[in-house]
Amino acid sequence: MTTLIEAPPSDADGLLPSKKKSSGGGLGTYLLIRFLLIIPTIFILVTMVFFLMRVIGDPITAAQGGRLPPEALAQRIRDAGYDRPIIVQYLEYLGQVATGNFGTTITDRRPVVEMLATFGAATLELAINALIVALLVGIPLGLIAAYKRDKAPDAVLRFFAILCYATPVFFAGLLMKLTFSVWLGWFPVAGRASTRTELAMGGLASPTGIYWLDALRSGNMAAFGDIASHSVLPAVTLGLLTAGVFLRLVRTNVIGTLGKDYVEAGRSRGVSNFRLVTKHAYKPALIPIITVMGLQIALLLGGAVLTESTFEWKGLGYQMVQYLNARDFVAVQGIVVLLAVIVAITNFIVDVAAALIDPRVRY
Amino acid sequence: MTATTESGRKQPFIYRLPVISHFRTSVGLQRGMLVTGLVLTVVFLLTAAFAPVIAPYGFAQLSDASGTFPAQQPPSAAHIWGTTVGGYDVYSRVLWGAQTAFVVIVVAVVMSIFLGVALGLLSGYFGGWLDRVLVVIADAIYAFPSLLLAIVMSIVINRGQSSFWGGIVACSVSISVVFVPQYFRVIRAETIRLKAEPYVESAKVVGASSIRIMGRHIFKNATRTLPLIFTLNASEAILTLAGLGFLGFGIEPTSAAEWGFDLNKAIADASSGIWWTGVYPGTAIVLTVLGLTLVGESMNDLNDPRLRGRRKSVGKTPAGGPDSTAGAQAALEAESRVL
Repeated sequence: MTTLIEAPPSDADGLLPSKKKSSGGGLGTYLLIRFLLIIPTIFILVTMVFFLMRVIGDPITAAQGGRLPPEALAQRIRDAGYDRPIIVQYLEYLGQVATGNFGTTITDRRPVVEMLATFGAATLELAINALIVALLVGIPLGLIAAYKRDKAPDAVLRFFAILCYATPVFFAGLLMKLTFSVWLGWFPVAGRASTRTELAMGGLASPTGIYWLDALRSGNMAAFGDIASHSVLPAVTLGLLTAGVFLRLVRTNVIGTLGKDYVEAGRSRGVSNFRLVTKHAYKPALIPIITVMGLQIALLLGGAVLTESTFEWKGLGYQMVQYLNARDFVAVQGIVVLLAVIVAITNFIVDVAAALIDPRVRY
Repeated sequence: MTATTESGRKQPFIYRLPVISHFRTSVGLQRGMLVTGLVLTVVFLLTAAFAPVIAPYGFAQLSDASGTFPAQQPPSAAHIWGTTVGGYDVYSRVLWGAQTAFVVIVVAVVMSIFLGVALGLLSGYFGGWLDRVLVVIADAIYAFPSLLLAIVMSIVINRGQSSFWGGIVACSVSISVVFVPQYFRVIRAETIRLKAEPYVESAKVVGASSIRIMGRHIFKNATRTLPLIFTLNASEAILTLAGLGFLGFGIEPTSAAEWGFDLNKAIADASSGIWWTGVYPGTAIVLTVLGLTLVGESMNDLNDPRLRGRRKSVGKTPAGGPDSTAGAQAALEAESRVL
């Protein structure tokens, strides 16, 4: 059994092999190298997605094959340049992506960038709402679990955390819908807002696209209430998925810091247990929590795709499924690349935050 | 390290088997978690194995001797969990779904273990440019939302396939693309550590070939943690399969019963108050994942002395210094890998 002890640390070493090269450098060097590491990540994902999508054939045949006469199809393929060698197309695509041009969707002929901005705002709104729920639920419960360690509340909360993970978001969403909209009638069944509010939000000058922010800015409180009631179920559904992770993180880290000497010193001076947990142990435990929280963005985005489909929340995930079913791969490619960029940048920001907070973090 | 491994060998073989050794070291709450997980997992396995015997109807059966099944019928004597919008028997489809889930897990996890272990050994042992390229690719894939990757893969492979095995293989490949980097990282890290062990050095001196060293000396020692990752990944595989099915990239309903697909159809039912089409397959997913996760969790806790034997270890964490940070980081890493 003892041989198993070393496994986690050795794994932790191996996780960041490419970053170890810069050990000994200052903060500036570290940040620069960390920033440069974003580029290969995005590059690999863009390349992978591009070639995977092309294995199927050219996007126009995929989307419109069978619906257009062969001559018209061939004409459109030639116009779009899909008859050239794949490597030429790839290089051209890379150039376009670098300048922020993702092309035009095939089914509804919209610039991909515009489509991303519209639906990205909805996904961002959902993600923010979910994050708020996750923090409100996860952190206090994690503190309680750490405080009541190995007692009944801890066991219940740990089980709750595993249950949050084990429940697929779409099933959680289905249960929420059944309970709170169909049986109790407290919240609307689906959508981001009622049609009237959607229209009011669409008519605003320079909208941010995040509905509750727009409603607050225009002082439209009726719309705000409507948006809020539509937001509750999706936010809770997606939030609970992440809340379980946060709960466990806070618990593990606070338990770790509770064993430190300065906490013991505080206890011996008569500091109350409650204060020890909330002040002395919680704050130092925050650093690893922030790091891992940032890494949850990938989980959150994956969950958002499913949540959006469950609640007909018209964001990137919902739209991606629509485009996938319409076989519009230009649009899908745009969405996937955008999400990859978001994940890579978030990971960078998290590493920077960790490096700024804790001077020991240098790889 | 090697010395303790050798002395560990002296226990009877059966006590060294992963789950049994874990059971013997567990106490109290942890044993409860492990046992609950094992029970749920065994129920799942039995359901998967005996679905054809237990299920009253076939997964794609729409009628029997007494006529066509009515659609969206609430639970009754003939259909104890009701029928779906397409007229399928919910109870039968949930049972058959266990079989589909089991086959996909096994194919997906075996495929990813094989590829991940092979690449990890090569990359860790030989190092150099191959190692660097593989690590960057694995990191890129690892950082990406796994469901999106699985969707992209399933479009590439699936293209209208609807046979049972076609669908199974497409789903499994999509899932294993997500898992290969995980196995790769673990095995690579272990290989790098083991490469420096004296017994590998001496094997080199004796003149053993690289293949023999990798296959015999490193492989056996690097794969100790695999049962744990296997359990954790099995639960993730079920969730990914259900997610794919829910989004409509899974297996056709006529080729196999799949819980995620049934939930997709159930979302529309929920709006009109029809609960039985969604609640049963959903609960099946939750219980299966719960069982596998509980087993994996308990094994993870029991492998880690910081988490095992709880009451005594409080206050024994080494104080301050980079050592304790590394320890906390490792515990965290183990913790975050679980999810």
